[in-house]
Amino acid sequence: MAFSADEIREKTRKIVEPWRNGKGGLIPILQAVQEQMGYLPPEALETISREMKIPSSEIYGVATFYAQFHLKPRGRHVVRVCRGTACHVRGSLKILDSVKEITGVEENQTTEDLRFTIEPVACLGACGLAPVMMIDTQTFGRLTPDMVKGILDKFE
Amino acid sequence: MPIYRSHVLICGGTGCASSGSREVTESFRNAIRDRGLSEEVLVVPTGCHGMCEMGPIVVVYPEGTFYCRVQKSDVAEIVEEHIYKGRPVQRLMYSGSEDMPFIPHYKEIPFYGKQHRIALANCGYINPDNIEEYVARGGYEALGKALAGMTPAQVIDEVKTSGLRGRGGGGFPTGLKWSFCASAKGDKKYVICNADEGDPGAFMDRSILEGDPHSIIEGMMLGAYAMGADEGYIYCRAEYPLAIQRLKTAMAQAEAYGLLGENIMDSGFSFTLHVKEGAGAFVCGEETALMASIEGRRGMPRPRPPFPANSGLWGCPTNINNVETWANVPPILRNGGAWYASMGTEKSKGTKVFALTGKIKHTGLVEVPMGITLREIIFDIGGGILDDKKFKAVQIGGPSGGCLTEEHLDTPVSYESLTALGAIMGSGGLVVMDETTCMVDVAKFFLEFTQKESCGKCVPCREGTKHMLLLLEKITEGKGTMEDLDTLEGLAHMVKDMSLCGLGQTAPNPVLTTLRYFRDEYVAHIRDHKCPAGACAALLEYRIIQEACKKCGICARNCPVKCIPGDRNSGYHIETDRCIRCGTCFEKCPFGAIEKK
Repeated sequence: MAFSADEIREKTRKIVEPWRNGKGGLIPILQAVQEQMGYLPPEALETISREMKIPSSEIYGVATFYAQFHLKPRGRHVVRVCRGTACHVRGSLKILDSVKEITGVEENQTTEDLRFTIEPVACLGACGLAPVMMIDTQTFGRLTPDMVKGILDKFE
Repeated sequence: MPIYRSHVLICGGTGCASSGSREVTESFRNAIRDRGLSEEVLVVPTGCHGMCEMGPIVVVYPEGTFYCRVQKSDVAEIVEEHIYKGRPVQRLMYSGSEDMPFIPHYKEIPFYGKQHRIALANCGYINPDNIEEYVARGGYEALGKALAGMTPAQVIDEVKTSGLRGRGGGGFPTGLKWSFCASAKGDKKYVICNADEGDPGAFMDRSILEGDPHSIIEGMMLGAYAMGADEGYIYCRAEYPLAIQRLKTAMAQAEAYGLLGENIMDSGFSFTLHVKEGAGAFVCGEETALMASIEGRRGMPRPRPPFPANSGLWGCPTNINNVETWANVPPILRNGGAWYASMGTEKSKGTKVFALTGKIKHTGLVEVPMGITLREIIFDIGGGILDDKKFKAVQIGGPSGGCLTEEHLDTPVSYESLTALGAIMGSGGLVVMDETTCMVDVAKFFLEFTQKESCGKCVPCREGTKHMLLLLEKITEGKGTMEDLDTLEGLAHMVKDMSLCGLGQTAPNPVLTTLRYFRDEYVAHIRDHKCPAGACAALLEYRIIQEACKKCGICARNCPVKCIPGDRNSGYHIETDRCIRCGTCFEKCPFGAIEKK
């Protein structure tokens, strides 16, 4: 999913277009850019700033405030291990440890082959199935540490 | 409209979907078609039944037979035996106590016995992607009633009579809040649905959004009509993709039916609705932060007044209510405020949805009348503690709430009673803890969360929670002093009194309540360097009980740091100074011959 700087600018301009005269567009724009490019490249942020006439500092402020936005490329699959209360008391730390051990990277990091990004999340709202993790949009519940490898193997 | 003799309802909520309900639905459709029953039997994907742990859940009507943990491989048997031959499949029914090994019906299961469903009435009963099913259950009737024959002031009066209070945590009387916004000056007004359910351990809003999206849309329209607003936003967290998808489908259907948009039901009332995806910030559950986020800025709270009712979104008068509050509005208008007020306690009317989780037998969503005791919720509905361990505490109200003990179990649940004990109703998360849960660790866990989510705008919250967390880390590592406890308590009060918004004002609650009710556990960590619950890794010591050891060597092979020397003749022992206390040996030992203290 690597785009050249010009491609990024071009795609960003298209995303910005419908919001140009509206209000409250910054967050949906950033969400759309990240959806298409996997992260928020600097060229995209510059383009948004110029097109929307919003100072770069403000855009950077918003992009770094929310947990969802990323300024660095991310893995093809995002592994979100739930660290909510219900999962915590049912052993989610061990699930996270197991994910870290198998992928060899720490929290909020990405494997070198860009296969996985590991991301603890506050709560996935599937507390009835604790402990839970979500890979991309798929949720896996009632986990034990030895189930983790089999699940990760399904994602290339 | 075709008439079916039987309906197979399959839960399609996030919980059951992750247990495989999509494949089960597919198999049912195929099996019913192959049996030539497509004209007689309809498969309906529904929202959440609340008993997520028993998922995927399948209910067969008209009998109302309730099947638990149905897998793809069970489908053929249900279709062949139950649907074709009329013999319900016992082995898949919910199994109760010894005298009732198989409970066939929904209503007889203790989990549902004491529940009273209003906000969740349609969840699990209708197909959330089909507006006609919502209408068939009385949906949009309240809207029609209001638009055709009630003035906005009458709608507000009805909500006031109901005694409904904000279900997101604050507990502010909803009718009063509406009247503020209604009387505020301004041509443009907004209504917002706060669906940024961020409390770890709470998922009632997600279930309503996924299982009955139209109830929220209708509730918001009633509010908008009452307050004179013509535009609304639903601010939903991005971690709930299914909820967002169902909302969008529901909105499109309502528009197609002329129930949303311009000149609704030819009444002259118009309403447009948008869904905004959150971007992952807990503080955005705070109303002023949420509005900043909709406006596309950093989601940071601001001091009030001015209150949103006078100056909210883009400076216009705005009303914000949470999902569960909105979902209660249509039934109130349909049945009258007095009907709703007949349930509950003197000051807390109606019902409340709780998310029952943690070390409990039946985790899930329950809706109960206010005034019920915690004991009834945990033991009668929830079935008691997992593995029959001993109840220790229940954490109520999420990271802003507090931990209550055995002695509080008979307190009737209401906004006031919980606040008096140092907890809060919050959004309704109930996390049950048993004797193996360390209360200091729990306090640390919540503080880690609130510390991470603190937006950083005001100093007491940003710095105060950080130092509280450092103190708790010190204590759980066995390095704390008795003075630290006083410092911790002092800091907690300061953060509570001086923070700008609800996040900081309530963040110390878990620490304060655990200090109040479980002080001896803190003291044990400090004085004896022991964690009584055996949860704080740094204070644990693993030892092989030689008499019970069978010398199999499994522990030694699995130890990640190879600190269990020995052989199959002379036995094994753990070298404590090299042990990293990961607990692998403890879990792997087939004979229970390893103890931790």
